Amino acid sequence: MFYREAGDFKTSYEDDSQTFPIKFDRLRYYAVLAVAFGIIPFIINDYWANAVFVPLMIYTIAAIGLNILTGYCGQVSLGTGGFMAVGAYASYKLMTSFPDVSILIHILLAGAVTAVVGVLFGLPSLRIKGFYLAVATLAAQFFLVWLFNKVPWFYNYSASGQITAPERTVLSIPVTGANTDAWAKYMVVLLFVTGCAWLARNLTRGSLGRSWMAIRDMDIAAEIIGVNPLKAKLSAFAISSFFIGVSGALFFSVYLGAAEVGEAFGIQKSFLILFMVIIGGLGSIFGSFAGAAFMVLMPVLMKNIFVGALGWPTDLAAHLEFMVIGGLIIVFLILEPHGLAQLWRIAKEKLRLWPFPH
Amino acid sequence: MKFRLTKLAVLAFLTAAPAMASELVFPSLSYRTGPYAAGGIPYADGYADYFTLLNERDGGIGGVKTKIIECETGYNTEKGVECYEATKGEGALVYNPLSTGITYQLIPKVTADGIPLYTPGYGRTSAANGKVFSNVFNFPANYWNAASLAVNHLLDINGDDLQGKKVALLYHNSAYGKEPIRTLEELAKKHGFDLTLLPVDHPGQEQKSQWLQIRRERPDYVLMWGWGVMNQVAIQEAANIRFPMENFIGVWWSGGEPDVLPAGDAANGYKAVTFQGVGSEYPVFEDVQEYVVDKGLAAGAGDNIGTALYNRGFYAAMLMAESARNAQDIAGNVEITPANMRDGMEALTITEVRMTELGMPNFGPAFSVTCENHGGPGTGAIQQWDASAQTWSLISDFGPSDMEIIQPLIDADSNAYAAENNIELRCN
Repeated sequence: MFYREAGDFKTSYEDDSQTFPIKFDRLRYYAVLAVAFGIIPFIINDYWANAVFVPLMIYTIAAIGLNILTGYCGQVSLGTGGFMAVGAYASYKLMTSFPDVSILIHILLAGAVTAVVGVLFGLPSLRIKGFYLAVATLAAQFFLVWLFNKVPWFYNYSASGQITAPERTVLSIPVTGANTDAWAKYMVVLLFVTGCAWLARNLTRGSLGRSWMAIRDMDIAAEIIGVNPLKAKLSAFAISSFFIGVSGALFFSVYLGAAEVGEAFGIQKSFLILFMVIIGGLGSIFGSFAGAAFMVLMPVLMKNIFVGALGWPTDLAAHLEFMVIGGLIIVFLILEPHGLAQLWRIAKEKLRLWPFPH
Repeated sequence: MKFRLTKLAVLAFLTAAPAMASELVFPSLSYRTGPYAAGGIPYADGYADYFTLLNERDGGIGGVKTKIIECETGYNTEKGVECYEATKGEGALVYNPLSTGITYQLIPKVTADGIPLYTPGYGRTSAANGKVFSNVFNFPANYWNAASLAVNHLLDINGDDLQGKKVALLYHNSAYGKEPIRTLEELAKKHGFDLTLLPVDHPGQEQKSQWLQIRRERPDYVLMWGWGVMNQVAIQEAANIRFPMENFIGVWWSGGEPDVLPAGDAANGYKAVTFQGVGSEYPVFEDVQEYVVDKGLAAGAGDNIGTALYNRGFYAAMLMAESARNAQDIAGNVEITPANMRDGMEALTITEVRMTELGMPNFGPAFSVTCENHGGPGTGAIQQWDASAQTWSLISDFGPSDMEIIQPLIDADSNAYAAENNIELRCN
């Protein structure tokens, strides 16, 4: 009815190749942005920021990063937690070494540092693939966590090995530290998530993204038609690690404020983000949002239903939560192996035909 | 996107407006699941049961009922933050998260929000300096006291001479486990013993290589800073290599029944530091039986009463209830705010007479909190496990720790924190 190409005339190449070719989609996208930037910051409180929006958006950035590597370029990685730790520790060292430079720049620099580390650990991908590569990235995960535990320089020789984000401001509004208002926290992360999603979306539909997908689909054939595997694989590792590094930096400085490498960036974090990508849908930016939403919001929702609304004991609720979420993951993977993004795609196809499906 | 928004709408409905009632709210950020549940469950039960006892026996504190809001953290810092944000709007008076990692997260947050944080025997040790940490309290004892108490015990059994002895510290590789290292290094210098550090990674089930190293290097004593499943595994491993149990000393978080029971008779003689009384031979437990257990109101399964960690949770709750009572007196109002609660904690005085009135004679030290000292006296004793009777018994009196070593460390660490965060010193 209202969701279709008919009547939406494109008169230039730019129009024809835009991200949202359907008018309704485009309007919806602007509406979401308007709500996110124009309405939510005015009504958000501490609980909504710290328990829902901020972690959701930070995990989304990490999921986009991993999606570039795994979903678009086909390189399986289990080192996400370790790369997030690189971002977190890089931002911590930068924040404490150069207190006068803006935190926003530090977060981007932390992403750049992570990109370098990512390329370093991506080198084996030129020789090994599949499960073997997964094991190599697993080594990165354990090595990085060990490194940040072992070398006191990384945590500025603090007695407990904890890193704590000092207060930093943007336009003299605190965005890290305890005196940060919910909306400031939210806005910083929102800026980064919007920027990252926009960048990732445009990278993946350009020539770089096409070369990644060619490598993913069949690397030998891609090489024969002229895709340079070295460039494609290492750029995927670099860009993916950049996003993951940014998310790690935000995770530590804006969201948690203090972190401990083994607990915050352990192997379970790598798996969590891999699950987000798989549940959300490999090779889809929307899938990264959906997957992060599923893995972050479901536990909070379950907890609120079981403990808040039904008043069950907390341990029973926690165990049930594991079971329900585990069950849902299996159900999703059986019914829709391509993830939530595929459900969304099917819904859109159906919408195009609605209300006359034949 | 729509999918997400619908979910958010449902969430919004479920988290809507908490009811404000005239109750004293004590949130309990507990963990009854995961690898640390063995310690989390009895502590949370003890904390909850004391407040239930007050409600049932005395009608609350100063006539106002108490209310426990439990929130499961799983010893995970992210969930801890979520729990904090979810409960702080409900009039939370004081937080007691039983996790050093979560404590580090919450210290700046509670200070900004004006809510006190109580971390007995855990958390950031240098928070004992009230001049820097206005809202954090860790009386009656902290990790550095524990390290010193353990070394004092070693001095006792060695005729005050540890020259050339080898001591290994087996610790949870986290902020919690790393806390005592600095103190032990100072003590090693002072008393001339060698210190070996053996980190064990979260969650602590894998300790083969550490115990292999212990077997090779043959330290005279092993100290342990473990928690949850790590304790059980360590004691089992010690039994496997026939390490003499009486030379194996845990911190108070490695001294619960769930830690020693799995190793059976082999755990006989294992020692741990404690800062509160052990067993259920105190008059107050008759009231617990009458008003809580017999009415079916015991928290959890109700099977932990009198165990070491239950007693610690119970003791923490008692100190918080006394602080709340104190706060009511100071504020002249029975309905207190978190700020009143903070003042009550800072002016808390626990006397032997008061503890006897409460049915807990000699359960813990008599002490007073001051503006400068949020850490209490730092006294403690050594308890030893008797595997045949399945009980802990105290083998030493409650003695002092070496404040000559500890106080400069506390001052240095807290002043560094104050400098980093531009905190003005209080209490001048």
